[in-house]
Amino acid sequence: MNEILRVEGLSKTFTLSRKQQKIERTNARRKTAVDGLSFVAHKGEIFGLLGPNGAGKTTTLRMLATLLRPDSGDATIDGSSVVAQPEEVRRKIAFLTSELKLEDFFTPNYLFDFFSRLHGVDEVTMRGRKAQMFQRFGIDKFAEVKVANLSTGMKQKLSLVISLVHYPDIIIFDEPTNGLDVLTARTVTDYLQELRAAGKTIILSTHIFSLVERLCDRVGLIIDGRMIACGSLSEVCNGIPLEDKFFNIYKEVKGGEE
Amino acid sequence: MKSNTLTIIKKEFARFFGDRQLIFTALIMPGLLIYLIYSFMGTGIESMIQEGANDNVALRVENMPESIAPLFDNADSLNITILPVPFTQKDIDQLEDKDLNTVLMRFPADFDQQLATYVPQSGEPAPNIEIYYNSTNNATQRVFSILETMLTTYEESICNRFDINRVDETSEEPVSFDQATDDNIGAMIWSKILPMLILMMLFSGVMAIAPSSIAGEKERGTIATLLVTPMRRNELALGKIISLSGIALMSGISSFIGIALSLPKMIHGDVDTAALGFHYTTGDYFVLLLTILAAVLIMASVISLLSALAKDVKNAGTMALPLMLVVMLCGLLPMFQNGASENLAIYLIPFYNSVEVMTAVFAHEVLWMPVVVTLVANVVYTGIAVWVLTRMFSSEKVMFAK
Repeated sequence: MNEILRVEGLSKTFTLSRKQQKIERTNARRKTAVDGLSFVAHKGEIFGLLGPNGAGKTTTLRMLATLLRPDSGDATIDGSSVVAQPEEVRRKIAFLTSELKLEDFFTPNYLFDFFSRLHGVDEVTMRGRKAQMFQRFGIDKFAEVKVANLSTGMKQKLSLVISLVHYPDIIIFDEPTNGLDVLTARTVTDYLQELRAAGKTIILSTHIFSLVERLCDRVGLIIDGRMIACGSLSEVCNGIPLEDKFFNIYKEVKGGEE
Repeated sequence: MKSNTLTIIKKEFARFFGDRQLIFTALIMPGLLIYLIYSFMGTGIESMIQEGANDNVALRVENMPESIAPLFDNADSLNITILPVPFTQKDIDQLEDKDLNTVLMRFPADFDQQLATYVPQSGEPAPNIEIYYNSTNNATQRVFSILETMLTTYEESICNRFDINRVDETSEEPVSFDQATDDNIGAMIWSKILPMLILMMLFSGVMAIAPSSIAGEKERGTIATLLVTPMRRNELALGKIISLSGIALMSGISSFIGIALSLPKMIHGDVDTAALGFHYTTGDYFVLLLTILAAVLIMASVISLLSALAKDVKNAGTMALPLMLVVMLCGLLPMFQNGASENLAIYLIPFYNSVEVMTAVFAHEVLWMPVVVTLVANVVYTGIAVWVLTRMFSSEKVMFAK
């Protein structure tokens, strides 16, 4: 399979504020969020980063999306380095997380055009893609309704559509079903499978075992910013359910800490 | 690069012009509010001055001297009724009632004789005339002023030793001693007041939109959505600063129209309005426009930087307060100095340089070098601000700090 993403020794530490030190119950001024993470993803697969909250999944994906700069290490996405060529990387990826919001004031129609232009999509392609995507997600009926007046589910679908205005080959999705109602969650996971069928590569993070089992071709288990296991589902699980496997590994890693 | 900046500018304008409330608060309200407040103040002051001023006043005079009596021959035309009746302390106390249109005047019993024998060099107190009135009653205040002027003039006439700038009333072309033209007087007043007003209008214009456009986008999480597009950070920074400057300029113009329309009402009657009329050339207006533009650019730049640094809109407002004080101070300085400075280094100081150039424009003293230095300096500072804002948009600490 063609390798399209290579992550090598990616590390990121954050300085903790006094407030954060209190919350984390530590005296350390710095916290390592991602610790020398390496993995690869192949073209046309769904790669899942699985780990508990605070394991460093979101930080990793944010570094891949060039929103955060790694302290050390690098990632190459379709030949472009996240450190050296951030604009090139952003041109090649879609990044979606619940933290990215759309301006309430504008309509889906306006926002689709606006983001298409920022991604350099030509007018004809933009119109065709908008019609098709809006219809696929049922946004067409609300195309001229301000985002502020859309239902939560519709907003989430719109965020997905807007992140894909340039229909890139690599889609990075942080917690794709977090906060979604069951219907929207299903729409999203179905669409991810469609995208894979269309040859797109999807990197997603989650803490939901069933989502990984249902969607992912390959999975990386992250604990405390380190990659503990990585490979196809069958390789990682070795015959036992993913959840059991994960907890076995978790106990081994954390040992007597808890 | 250009097209992305243009896309951002278009979006900011679409955001602004699509929001009726924002148009009202940033474009219509400043001008309208200034117009209404100034007009109201002008009308209020005028009616306060006018109120009761023409009411008839009873002037009780005790010991009216023969020498003074002829001065009151035309008292009727001044709505003053002379009553040659003595008065007591009780009468004086009654004047506390401000609705009582009465003035009490008491001369010494032998005023004329005292006057004739009084020697100023003797060190003795001069003969004294007592005038009791109530200054909160416009009518009695008016009569007091008339009496004071009348008696002072009389005093000068009986011991006149020399005159200053006497005007020969009979001459067809009386000599004018003040060599300032009406234009000079108007220009001096404008050059002291308008720079601060313009600067404050522009500042409030920028404040109406910049915090919500940058700090607001941070707060609402929409800036991150922009940051994951391939657009360069400097395109975003440039787009934001240009669009904010444009909108702030429109807001400033709205305020300016408000001032221009309400000023004649504000100074109603007190000053010869013709003397205060604008007598400025197209060249003056052109320089003024350039200076305002340069001032808006630097203001939008600095407030954008503060907004990018701020956690939310409220925080941005607080951070901009000290800047507002600085801008106000710069605007006030022309009031304490005589015309614009000739030291070119002064024109390198942001904000203050715009004030100085505006002062020069309004005082008809524009020199090209200060204007050029100001424009170049402000464009360079804006360039630096775009660079810093670009760095801030790239900085995860600034953009994603909680």
